Order: sequence, then structure tokens, then C-alpha cells
Amino acid sequence: MSRNFMGIYTIWLRDVRRFWRDKPRIIGATIQPALFLFLLGTGLGRGIVGAFGNDIQGDYLTFIYPGIIGMSILFTSIFSAISIVWDREIGFLKEVMVAPIARWAVAVGKAFGGSTVAVFQGCLMLFFAPFVNVHINLTMIAALIPLMLLIAFSITSLGIVTAARMHSMQGFQVIMNFLVLPMFFLSGAMFPITNLPKWMDIFIAINPLTYGVDALRGVILGMNNYPLIMDVGLIAGFGIVMIGIAMVIFGKRE
Amino acid sequence: MNIIEVVNLSKNFKTKKGFISAVKDVSFNVKRGELFGFLGPNGAGKTTTINILCTLLTPTSGRALLNSFDVVSNPNEVRQSIGLVFQEPSLDEKLTAMENLEFHAMLYNVPKAVRNERIKYMLEMVGLYDRKDDLVNTFSGGMKRRLEIARGLLHYPKILFLDEPTLGLDPQTRSHIWEYIHQLRKKEDITIFLTTHYMGEAENCDRVAIIDYGEIIAIDSPFDLKKEIGGDVITVVAEDRDKAKKTIEMEYNVAVINNDEGLHFEVENGETFLPRFIKKADFKILSISLRRPTLEDVFIRLTGRHIREESAEANSVLKIHARRLRR
Ligand SMILES: Nc1ncnc2c1ncn2[C@@H]1O[C@H](COP(=O)(O)OP(=O)(O)O)[C@@H](O)[C@H]1O
Ligand SMILES: [Mg+2]
Repeated sequence: MSRNFMGIYTIWLRDVRRFWRDKPRIIGATIQPALFLFLLGTGLGRGIVGAFGNDIQGDYLTFIYPGIIGMSILFTSIFSAISIVWDREIGFLKEVMVAPIARWAVAVGKAFGGSTVAVFQGCLMLFFAPFVNVHINLTMIAALIPLMLLIAFSITSLGIVTAARMHSMQGFQVIMNFLVLPMFFLSGAMFPITNLPKWMDIFIAINPLTYGVDALRGVILGMNNYPLIMDVGLIAGFGIVMIGIAMVIFGKRE
Repeated sequence: MNIIEVVNLSKNFKTKKGFISAVKDVSFNVKRGELFGFLGPNGAGKTTTINILCTLLTPTSGRALLNSFDVVSNPNEVRQSIGLVFQEPSLDEKLTAMENLEFHAMLYNVPKAVRNERIKYMLEMVGLYDRKDDLVNTFSGGMKRRLEIARGLLHYPKILFLDEPTLGLDPQTRSHIWEYIHQLRKKEDITIFLTTHYMGEAENCDRVAIIDYGEIIAIDSPFDLKKEIGGDVITVVAEDRDKAKKTIEMEYNVAVINNDEGLHFEVENGETFLPRFIKKADFKILSISLRRPTLEDVFIRLTGRHIREESAEANSVLKIHARRLRR
């Protein structure tokens, strides 16, 4: 067992090392959400607030800020998970798969690696708080970090399940268009999820990120659609199912 | 004592076109300390066999024991007992040489107290110690291979698998790699299992299994395999090829193979045969040569085909090249 913990730690360490070394990636992954926040947010914000009526209390930038944190976690988590496909292409995955550790530990190590990196990106977003009139104190940070970790872990696990059987990066566009972007758009990150067409409600309800964004907004702005405990429960439940599936898929030999 | 025991091993792959039998009912043993080689053309099933032995694939049927552990029921013990150098590169090029080895040492539970010592020892053995802190993507193909060999040995494995260790390398680097392999056998108590489609390399092995279309068609020491050929190989280029062929066959009662390079046949005691042969020949000889049989001759004798070194090599070089471009 201690062997598998060591394996998880080793795989985690590699992902964190590689991430830290890739400064352009960190900068890119910080700028992208910043563009959404400041450019799209400012542009849309002028006209939009009136239309949403009372669903947004205060500034539109303030409203989307927790959503943008969610976006940053979503993108970073999925990218990290997809690196499995890359590892397979460069042959490195074989080195991991013949190591004397359980295969499920590989999935878990990847999930922790991806989530650590995503939480780091999420934390970078906190530096934008003063520019969108949000005050963040230490108690908030103490609540935000475990919450971000939970969201990141769930989504990374989802990404690992998606990447587990993928053999080339060509599938990446598909994942982007059919998973990542819909998850982002239908999470309530950019607009309130009340008073929407019925068909959208369904997708929003089954989207784990919906509850992630709701929880983030609850902690940062005190605005909730669902009770915090429900958000946390659903994300955790989703995460457990996903990592479970990932562990099973990795455990199988061809 | 046998460190590898393989009994009736088979592997089928399901593909769109149906089933491919990549390995068919293969049985063999490898003795402890042996340098054992799998020789066969591209697609013969060498890599598939290794993948089963190293627990990456499960066999369709049959059994394999490594270091007396079953590859299906005790994969972790098997994995701890073996070191691997895959046919295709498997390093993390965004990490340094040192970090790649650290990663491996941690995964294989090399105790922290000896880890750095061991890494240093292995890096020195393959002559890469002064490059330890460089990213692997600055290494040449030969350096990467050497680093992979060092990595495969890091955790004191009982068996080292080398899948086409010199594929795609230039001749000079190839002979370097071989120096390391020989050196290794002197220094460490290790069994080496390697695959190759180079005849010359297979000559270095204690024993060779010749594998073709997933089946082992011969297994013995290179010396004994070549003994089957029966003496020396004579190659004659004659002005009137057909006449020469007929005459030789009649006169000496041997099978003559006719190909681009000339007429080939086997005789015992080639040195004394040649003068008699030349004196007696009633056709014009343009050139004549005598050589000891090689494993290539054994392969031709067994299969009627050449092993097609060139095409196999060209393919894999292209593949590796394409990968680099994509990066
Ligand atoms: N994953 C796979 N799926 C389908 N066919 C495969 C797979 N791996 C290998 N093969 C086929 O099995 C045969 C043996 O391949 P391989 O073991 O790689 O040969 P070698 O290493 O001797 O060149 C080939 O015909 C190859 O196309
Ligand atoms: Mg091969």
C-alpha cells in the first residue's frame, strides 16, 4: 500500500514540476480568464444588468468573477487530464504502466496532479478581486481553497475518464466542443441560471460545474441558488463516481 | 535455472478486419544470466511478446513466468523484477535526465538512502553524468537510448528487456550501445532479453530464437543454428547463369539458390573445395566468394525469404521522424 502512495506522490510531483516549469502555460492560463472577465465582462456589463433585473445584485463584473474562477479551474483541470493522451503519444505512459504500482494509483496520482495545478490557477484569479470590487479576506480563502480543490478534483477525474481511451490529440477538439465549452456556458458562470428555457435547465442541472460556480459565488458574494451543503455534496459525489470509473478503466489490461 | 519460462503463449488482437494472431503458441525458456535474443522481421511478434512478458498486455492463452512470478496473477512482482527499454522512446523530454531517473527510482521504491548514489552510478556507466541536469529534449537519439538503458537498470532488475535497442541509430552509436550491453554483462548479475531484426546483432547472443509470423521456427545458439547450414556458403557469378546452376546441382548434388547477387550453395570445407571447383568448371566464372554462414542464411533457409532489413528500418525511422515533427 505504501508503495501505491509513493506512486501517487511521484506522479503528482511530475505533473506539478512540469506545470511549474512551463511558465508560458501559466501566463496563458491566467490571461485567458482575465480576457473573459475584463473585456467580455465590461463590454456585456453595460447593457446586461438591466435585462437580468434582480438576478444580479450590483456590478456584472462582480457577478461573473466567481464564474471566471470556475472557468479557470475547469480549463486547467481538463488540460491537465488530457496530458495523459500526450504521455501516451510520447511513450511515457508505458514507463508508468509497467511500474510496480497498482494501475488505479496512476489515475489517482494524475487526478491529484491536475487538481493541484488547477487550484494554483484558481488562486491566481484571486489577485483580480480588487479590480472587480470584491473584498477577499483570509476566512474566505480558507473556505475557497478546499472548495476549489474539490471542484478541480472532480473535473480532473472527469477529464481522465475521457482521456483514458483516447489515442491521439485529435479527439481534443471534440472534447473542447462537446464537453468543456458547454460545461462552461451552462454553469451560470456568465449569466444567472434563473428564468431560462426549459431545455437549458436540464443541462444546467446535470452539469457539475453549475454547483461549483454556485458554491464559489456563495462563498465570495453570498449569492446562492442552492444550499452550499448541496453544492458540495453533489460535486463530491460526482468526483467520487468519476475517480472510481477512472481507477477501473486504468486497472484493465488489454 | 530458468528465469523466464514461457509455455504455449498466444496473443490475438481484434481489429476492424478480424483477428490478428500476433503470437502463436510460443514456448521457450531463458536461463539465468543469459543474453537471449529474439530475431525476426518487422511484424513477427517480438514486441507483442515483450509486452506480454512485461505485463502491458494479457495473453490470449498460455502462461509466462518471470523470476518465477506469473505475469497475469503477480504483475507487481514481475514488474519489480524487470527493467525495460521499449522499442519507441519513452522518456519525459520536458524533464532533465536526473529527474527522469528520480521519477523511476521513486516508482520502483529504490530506497532514498541509496537513490542518488545509484542514479550517479548508472549515469556514469552510460557516460551521461555530466549532462544530468540537461533537459532530455536536448539529447541525441543515442544519448536518449543510453539514458533509457540506465533507467531500466536503476532498480536492480533481474532481467533487462531491450526491444530493438539500436533501431534508428547510426552505426557508430549502435556499436556504442553494444559496448554498454557487453560491459553490463560483466558488471551486473543480469539476464538480458533483446529483440532485433539485425542479423549481426543477434550473433552476439548466447541463444537466439528466430521468430516469423508469430511462431518460433528455430531456437539455439548462433553457432549451432549456423551449423545446420552445413559448412560454408559459396557465391558464384557466372556468365551463363542457368548452365552454371544446372552443372553445379548435378555435379555436387547441392541446392543452388539463384538471386540478384548470384548463385549460392553450401559446401563443407569451402577452402579445399574452391580450387577443385574452379579447375573443373566448364562455364565462365566472373567472380566467386566464400563466406561462413550467417544467421541471414539460416533465416533464408528456414523461410525462403530475406529478413528485409532495409524496409523495416526505413519504416520505423519514418515513424520516429513523424513523431518528432508533430511535437
Ligand atoms: N495493438 C495492436 N492491435 C492490432 N494489431 C497489433 C497490435 N500490436 C501489434 N499488432 C500486430 O501484431 C503483429 C506483431 O507485431 P509486433 O509484435 O509489433 O512485431 P515486431 O515487434 O516483431 O515488429 C503485427 O502484425 C502487428 O500489426
Ligand atoms: Mg517491435
